[in-house]
Amino acid sequence: MSRLRLSRNWLYIPLIAMAIFYLLPMYVMLVTGFKAFDEIDLKTMWNLPRGIAFDNYIEAFSKLAPSLGNSFLMVIPSALLSSALGSLNGYILAKWKFRGADVIFPLILFGMFIPYQSILIPLVQFMNAIGITGLPGLALAHIIYGIPITTLTFRNYYAGLPDELLEAAKIDGASMLGIYRHILLPLSIPSFVVVLIWQFTSAWNDFLFAVVLTGNRQWPITVALNNMAGSQIIAWNVQMAGSLLAALPTLLVYIFLGRYFLRGLLAGSLKG
Amino acid sequence: MLRDKDRYLSILLISPSIIAVLIFIYGFIAWSVRVSLSKWKGLNADYTWNGLKNYIDLFHDPRFAVDIRNTLLFTVVFVVGCLILGFLLAVMLDQGLRGEGFFRSLFLFPMAISYIVTGVVWRWLMNPAMGSRMSGFNLLFTYLGLDSWVNAWHTTPKWGMAAIALAAIWQMSGYTMALYLAGLRAIPHELKEAARIDGASEFQIYRRIMLPLLAPVTLSALIILGHTSLKVFDLIIAIAGKQLALDVPAIYMWQATFDGLFYARGAAIGILLLISVAVLIIPYIRYTLKTEAQT
Repeated sequence: MSRLRLSRNWLYIPLIAMAIFYLLPMYVMLVTGFKAFDEIDLKTMWNLPRGIAFDNYIEAFSKLAPSLGNSFLMVIPSALLSSALGSLNGYILAKWKFRGADVIFPLILFGMFIPYQSILIPLVQFMNAIGITGLPGLALAHIIYGIPITTLTFRNYYAGLPDELLEAAKIDGASMLGIYRHILLPLSIPSFVVVLIWQFTSAWNDFLFAVVLTGNRQWPITVALNNMAGSQIIAWNVQMAGSLLAALPTLLVYIFLGRYFLRGLLAGSLKG
Repeated sequence: MLRDKDRYLSILLISPSIIAVLIFIYGFIAWSVRVSLSKWKGLNADYTWNGLKNYIDLFHDPRFAVDIRNTLLFTVVFVVGCLILGFLLAVMLDQGLRGEGFFRSLFLFPMAISYIVTGVVWRWLMNPAMGSRMSGFNLLFTYLGLDSWVNAWHTTPKWGMAAIALAAIWQMSGYTMALYLAGLRAIPHELKEAARIDGASEFQIYRRIMLPLLAPVTLSALIILGHTSLKVFDLIIAIAGKQLALDVPAIYMWQATFDGLFYARGAAIGILLLISVAVLIIPYIRYTLKTEAQT
């Protein structure tokens, strides 16, 4: 066995080569960010910085701070609310199937995959008509279009829990909501982490809804960063630093809670 | 059998979500269809009946033909790239090497980042400037003596979409790896051992046994990646802005609607996108729910 393992060590060569490929963009983002303004030059973009400077990050932060704030303001309530709704729906669709539930579930699921271009015009019209615009409108869109994946994740999780768990409680006279609160909810903390991370990441990274539903002062980070990159005035080094700032919250979540992130990812392929 | 009280309660609790889905997904799709059959062009809504004219016009529109070609090129490079890379990475990580977890996290981290961030960084990595202004990957190639690899990336005539797909592969191949790795882990170990005892080489084991057993995973990956590539939008915008050479239906929809105020055409593009996604996804949902019911 140890001999077999030894002979596989050559695999580190392609693995490390691939690791370098995945890290190259991160490398450029990081080293560029830490260079002082006077050593910024596209021709030396692969060189390590001579010292550690924060010019680029300070410049990028001063430009992006309001939109980073907007993103947090919008993302946190949308992640919380769509997770809560998903949990409730999942509980009902897994354990309290009413007639028609088997039709409802695939109809909800399909919503996960639709290209949002097919609902974009009505969405903008509708939000304007009901007067929910800007960040609250964006949050509402993320909550509603988040329902399919949160419902799927929780339904699959609850469907895997034995029915006996509920039967015993029912015999003891527990109500439907009582069973949810006292039995399933405590068991679903890991699923909540998975779903919250997933919703946080996808709402944070969204661009399409953000760009149609928010104006100048309410731009979340993706829109602000894209506009910064599109302008000729802001130098590429500041764009790199800005990209890192925009990526940092979701990257930190990934670094510390990667296991849960992976589970959310697999759930998204219907293989929860 | 559900008690009446519980049945009403369960329907009551789920109805806000169902109503929201019915309005925001199905209602809005119907609304988009209606817009796509109208003459709406301009700031004010105009629902004058126009039949299928907007759809017919699109099929005679040279720009839409470019979009379809670009989408196909992107899809082929992106899907094939992700499947091959994802499978190879998963097989390498399945060998029980030390540091497996580290590599797995590393290959997957781009999934946590937005297409906009990826696009902004790759825009500079794929900088097409030549000569003394060379930078990014091209500069790296000359450092490594690979001068013949220097190229114009997304500004290459006709093949620019392939460069965009490369950035997308960087972002999504880790996801394909994760799918395959989960699939490989689900295959019983004895199968591999038995083949090994019969004298099969590692390559044969993966080629003849694992790959066929992983067919359902490949199918899932194919559909997820395929439908993603139909929707590609943010990444192109962040790398190249709105250029005709790198146009796709999602960008055309955007420009027709919000820049050109030609809502009827924008809606028609959106509905065509929906139909192409539905053709992939509806059988997939049915298949998945059916296999789930059987197990």
